[in-house]
Amino acid sequence: MSRVDAAAGKGSLNTKDGVSRAVVAVLAWVLALGLLVAPVVLVFAEALRHGGAAALASFSDPDAWSAIRLTLVMTVLAVAINTAFGILAAWLVTKYRFSGRGVLLAMIELPLSISPVVAGLAWVLLFGLQGWFGPTLARWHVDIVFAPPGILLATLFVTFPYVTRTLTPLLEAQGAQAEEAASVLGAGMWSTLWRVTLPGAASALASGVLLTTARALGEFGAVSVVSGHIPGLTETMPLHIETLYNGYQSVAAFSMAALLALFAILIVALRGLAGGRRPIEDGLA
Amino acid sequence: MVSRTAAGHLPGFRLALASTLVWLGLIVAFPLAALIARPFAGGLHPFMHALFDPRLLAALRVSFGSAFVAAAIDLPLGLLLAWAVVRAKVPGHRLMDALVELPLALPTSVSGITLATLYGPRGWFGAPLAHLGLKVAFAPAGIVVALMFVGIPFVVRSIAPVLANAPVELEEAAQTLGASRSQTLWRVVLPPLLPAGLTAFGLAFARAVGEYGSVIFIAGNQPFRSEIAPLLVVIRLQEFDYAGGAAVGLILLLASLVILLALGALRRRFHHWIAA
Repeated sequence: MSRVDAAAGKGSLNTKDGVSRAVVAVLAWVLALGLLVAPVVLVFAEALRHGGAAALASFSDPDAWSAIRLTLVMTVLAVAINTAFGILAAWLVTKYRFSGRGVLLAMIELPLSISPVVAGLAWVLLFGLQGWFGPTLARWHVDIVFAPPGILLATLFVTFPYVTRTLTPLLEAQGAQAEEAASVLGAGMWSTLWRVTLPGAASALASGVLLTTARALGEFGAVSVVSGHIPGLTETMPLHIETLYNGYQSVAAFSMAALLALFAILIVALRGLAGGRRPIEDGLA
Repeated sequence: MVSRTAAGHLPGFRLALASTLVWLGLIVAFPLAALIARPFAGGLHPFMHALFDPRLLAALRVSFGSAFVAAAIDLPLGLLLAWAVVRAKVPGHRLMDALVELPLALPTSVSGITLATLYGPRGWFGAPLAHLGLKVAFAPAGIVVALMFVGIPFVVRSIAPVLANAPVELEEAAQTLGASRSQTLWRVVLPPLLPAGLTAFGLAFARAVGEYGSVIFIAGNQPFRSEIAPLLVVIRLQEFDYAGGAAVGLILLLASLVILLALGALRRRFHHWIAA
């Protein structure tokens, strides 16, 4: 801040002087309102187009409830699994040095740069009817693709890196001295992890869990490929939105969308509170 | 494989390694192996046949072309937002900083139906644009608009930290030496932002190439004109043409690997700028 103040002067680009700062402020806010805020406002405006009662009425449909239930169950499972393994992976790559560590890190980050549709496709190629294990599963009457287990696998894939990715820079910066001291004093691995490492990384962990939650709640492409779109059985909230929208049930589609948008706003706000936001690392690519 | 920490020995290496390898193997490596092997299940010929399908080539052109345009437009827009948040600190800059994250947190099907309505013929933005004779929704321009929306956070998040740490002294020195505002901007402020700008472009582009949910509602999805490659994967699977779908999927996977490697090389090369 002081550097910025110090640079304030005639012709300065630091725009502490009135005119150009005002120009930047107006341009940036017009852009932010038009590009970022207008879509979110529109979700709520469309949901409430025929009043609050009509918006709420759309949730009395049993398929809507089943979509909400399925989404919440899948999100809880995916977040729990990927958080537990994500913490261990972050601990592994930051507290030890071993050959192949760089490759491991790159592999962990890989799902971030893969198209969600391709992620779903990969599971279908494994467990779909024409997939590697499709015929075997069919003989045993086990449904993975076009059933909830496939939805869980697709969600696990796309939310795989977030916890590790947000924890890694922080655990790396911590070093391993505190952990070694704890271990010399007789602490085992679990108590070292719980009592020494994680307390210092609480906000980064919260941030990673929130990112995982946001992506799990809203995943569309990957889940869409593996789900089979069976209303009442394998439709999550984002998929149910598509079904309603394509069936010209606009108010119901936007009411469900508004519910997901509320979750998204809440998660953005919580992440702001948790701090520990890392600039490039945590993109929801 | 030897475990070694900075000063001594820490228990738990084997357990952590085993759990990470099992997790990574089951959730990531296993499905990707199927994706890489499947297109060649019937030999090279069916794969080449699927690869040179004109509809696929058109879809790849649409995907890569609109991703390129969207990322290129996002670059100056993201620079403006980043500047407003970290340098000008305009009124409400904290709120603006949080708003930048919305496209990341909003489910893609929500963004999809919303943008299609917003830019549709009777939408808040679509109606005035239609009045001017500009059709955005259900046309190739709609794809670019959707990709701009999902890409902008990557640009702001890549550029903002570098901008925040840029040495203000250099700009002051330039001004003391008589540089004009635009000279300072083009010769002092922007050049050090180049690596971050390239990273920003790469991240936005990579996200845009694979994007599905926010695009399909607004695109119109006409084959050869506004059909994106990820949609073609879905269509092939619906036709139970697993080999065709796998071929498209493998190409998209290779494209993301190339972008990832290029970004990695770039980041290593300019590490001192980005880490600054």
